[in-house]
Amino acid sequence: MNSREITTQISKAADFLNLKKWDYGASFSNDYSVQVDKGEAKQLKASQKQILTIRVWNQSNLVGITTTSDISESGIKKALKQANIASDFGNKNESTEFSPLAKDPIKVKEVKKRNPVGIKKLLTVLREAEVKLLESHESIKSVPYNGLSESFFERVYANSEGAFRSYSKSQAALYLYARAEEKNKKPRSSGSVKLGYGADDIDIESCIKEASNKTISHLNYSSIKTDKYLICFSPESFLTIINAFSSMFNARSIIDGVSLSNKNSIGEKLSTEALNIYDDGLHEKNISSTPFDGEGTPTKRLCLINRGRIENFIHSESTARIFKTTPTGHAGLGSKVSVSPDWIVVEKSEEKFDLKTSLDHSTYEGEFVYIEELNAIHAGVRASQGSFSLPFDGWLYKNGNKISIESATVAGDIKYLLKNIVNIESSQELTTSGISPHIWVDELSITGDA
Amino acid sequence: MLSSQIKSNEIIFGSCNKDLLEEIIFYGIELGADFIEIFIENTDNSSVLAEEDFITSVSPSFGRGAGIRIFKGKKDGFVSTNDLTKHGLMRSVSQAIEMLDITDNKREVFNGLNKYRDYSLSKKKWINEVPSIHEISEKLLVSTKSLKKNNKILTRKGSYSRNLQEVIIASSDGTYVSDIRLHQTVGLNVIASDAQYRSSGSRRFGSSGMPNEFRLWDHEKAANDVFESSMNMLYADYVDAGQMPVVLANKFGGVIFHEACGHLLETTQIERGTTPFENKLNEKIAHESVTAIDEGISEGSFGSLSVDDEGMEPEKSVLIKNGILKKFISDRAGELRTGHKRTGSGRRQNYSFAAASRMRNTYIAKGEHTKEDLINSISEGLYCKSMGGGSVGATGQFNFAVEEGYLIKNGKLTSPVKGATLIGEAKEVMPKISMCGNDLELAPGFCGSISGSVNVTVGQPHIKVDSITVGGR
Repeated sequence: MNSREITTQISKAADFLNLKKWDYGASFSNDYSVQVDKGEAKQLKASQKQILTIRVWNQSNLVGITTTSDISESGIKKALKQANIASDFGNKNESTEFSPLAKDPIKVKEVKKRNPVGIKKLLTVLREAEVKLLESHESIKSVPYNGLSESFFERVYANSEGAFRSYSKSQAALYLYARAEEKNKKPRSSGSVKLGYGADDIDIESCIKEASNKTISHLNYSSIKTDKYLICFSPESFLTIINAFSSMFNARSIIDGVSLSNKNSIGEKLSTEALNIYDDGLHEKNISSTPFDGEGTPTKRLCLINRGRIENFIHSESTARIFKTTPTGHAGLGSKVSVSPDWIVVEKSEEKFDLKTSLDHSTYEGEFVYIEELNAIHAGVRASQGSFSLPFDGWLYKNGNKISIESATVAGDIKYLLKNIVNIESSQELTTSGISPHIWVDELSITGDA
Repeated sequence: MLSSQIKSNEIIFGSCNKDLLEEIIFYGIELGADFIEIFIENTDNSSVLAEEDFITSVSPSFGRGAGIRIFKGKKDGFVSTNDLTKHGLMRSVSQAIEMLDITDNKREVFNGLNKYRDYSLSKKKWINEVPSIHEISEKLLVSTKSLKKNNKILTRKGSYSRNLQEVIIASSDGTYVSDIRLHQTVGLNVIASDAQYRSSGSRRFGSSGMPNEFRLWDHEKAANDVFESSMNMLYADYVDAGQMPVVLANKFGGVIFHEACGHLLETTQIERGTTPFENKLNEKIAHESVTAIDEGISEGSFGSLSVDDEGMEPEKSVLIKNGILKKFISDRAGELRTGHKRTGSGRRQNYSFAAASRMRNTYIAKGEHTKEDLINSISEGLYCKSMGGGSVGATGQFNFAVEEGYLIKNGKLTSPVKGATLIGEAKEVMPKISMCGNDLELAPGFCGSISGSVNVTVGQPHIKVDSITVGGR
């Protein structure tokens, strides 16, 4: 069944079951991926997946939901029946409705449709990439984590009031994580990830070069003394921190009491006036963008922090209604609708503020710690408390030299971090999770072995 | 039902699928596969969430799908699909064959599926024995109410999930089994708040194959435990960073062994060349007080299974005995590529993942000391009563958050501390586990890795690590 036929099928089955109000989200995907090990194909993978999530409203306007991979006529009927049963337990304390924007026009990025290049081509490309990476430096002994994949999928949202949205896209990803070993030293590892709309769009050479350079740059390492340091966050690591604490801008988290913000936090000063943060799912560089969310609300650019102050929260239909505003296109589709950011863009305000502009990661000669990548986010972040303690890959810059830090964690508090931003570099960099410049923060605790 | 030999062009659960499965396997062998495995599942899941005094989410789901894996030499092709018709399964076989680019004329022999092993016979009634959504909701609401012990409790949550998975596994070595797996888990958590202070507390409980277990769950005890933990930590100071001895509590304290050492004993790590223990079999890798086990047979434990996802019954694997490395955790691909015999540890989240060597119930065996012996032996250190999550980097460094910690001074527990993180490397820390308590207990958890998220238990008695880096402020 295609998406129109599924909509018709659901409509018929709902009529039969006397269910007047329903909506659904579905996704259909074909994925292909390869992994290699020293020139040999290791695992080649293909999958066809279909997932359907149906919500129904009962006569008391309570919502029930069911998710299934069985998109047959009988599967759809069963899903509707189960959702109807589940609606008896619907949340009486907080109602859910259709998004008022579910029929608004959506902006779909003009992207040329890519066709699958096929497993054989993926394998050839990855084999060559592995060889080049291994040959790039004598210390690189293996590429234990590698993969090249391409996905083709369609997302659909429709409801009983006639809303219907469908969106097809493709995406490819390459990751290469190298492992370097030198005598009497600990193994070191680093890597790179690149995305593209299709496998042919991925900048393979730059992925190899980045993985190689990053890995080699950590070969000479030293432990770091436990102390407080001036920190320079790479664009990737700063975006990691912002995403980890995005509950500060999340209306769902605020209602649930697990956010550092509250309903009255709009306008609260969090950081230097030089800092602007947007959520911009439709950004031209965002390969993973989708034009509507799980409730059918159009995706849009939204300012979260304007001149250091909270400007907006991200919303679903129900949180927007509670906050007396409109949905922002950040909802999932679930029994309890989740809310999450799309793609964060960090900018330096055009106006000049009191920043220490001499702090530039490429020229500054004083002592500082450069955090290249933060790890173990799921374990080291307490979003509801605002604290973090995270291992990282990075370097200690001292007296004009840099040396890789052997093993260390950076710990602190997100509000302290934002308040202590001392410089925002001018140039932004594109990462897989958003765009940001390098960000400098004073006095964060680093724990090392020394 | 097997003897009924119904001819069908589609996999039908609860019916005989032998002819169809044999036909598909034969088709793959004829096309040049060295080995072909078919994993088919049918799932019936539900989850319920209670927040404060309301049920805020009830989420049932069901689905079906197949994963087909074909080996040619040491490489393998894996295709997953929701299409369980003969046409769909054969198309998946063709796709896997095509991916592997099989060109030689060598053909293996397939002698048909052996005598059927049905592990599901006594389990078919489980679906009718598990608690209803109504019953679950009632108990969760009572539980969250129990958490409301003072006005410092800001949020209260109780969650339950039940996964019922029916599987059929057939492969060209004659394996033909079916099984039904039931996993139930229930968790409570709170956030406490007072002025600028915040803390949280959480506990999770889980079982496999015990439909009545949720009814027996002592929610009052669990609520007291979670509440006390959050109150103890509410005004705690941040821990000072440094090297120090630590005592790790039993139950979920075992997550460190699981993450930092257990994963390095999976054959997938040997395949990648990312374990420091690859050539250390029968060598000392840990303190002689350490014996570590991985098994899938403890009745009711969250990581237990009657048969693994490759059709092998799980064994009890002594990984480390008195500090000596004795065994790796292996699956079919691991045996093929590393030579380590399978241990009944081929596991996957669902049909869309190829099985991989994964832990089941993994724990450090009990020793002879009391918890007090361990604490009394430390003049200044840290007691980690409750561990949060953690991770292990590509080169073996691990990092774990301490959810509930207390300073040890002169052999006594003193003030609570927050923000502690344990940092180290397995090969350096394992020799420093110098004392093991006599109070082994297991705790359920979910482990995410190459073949998805699987149910496991971690465990240990109280253990003492002589020195470890504690991250703090």
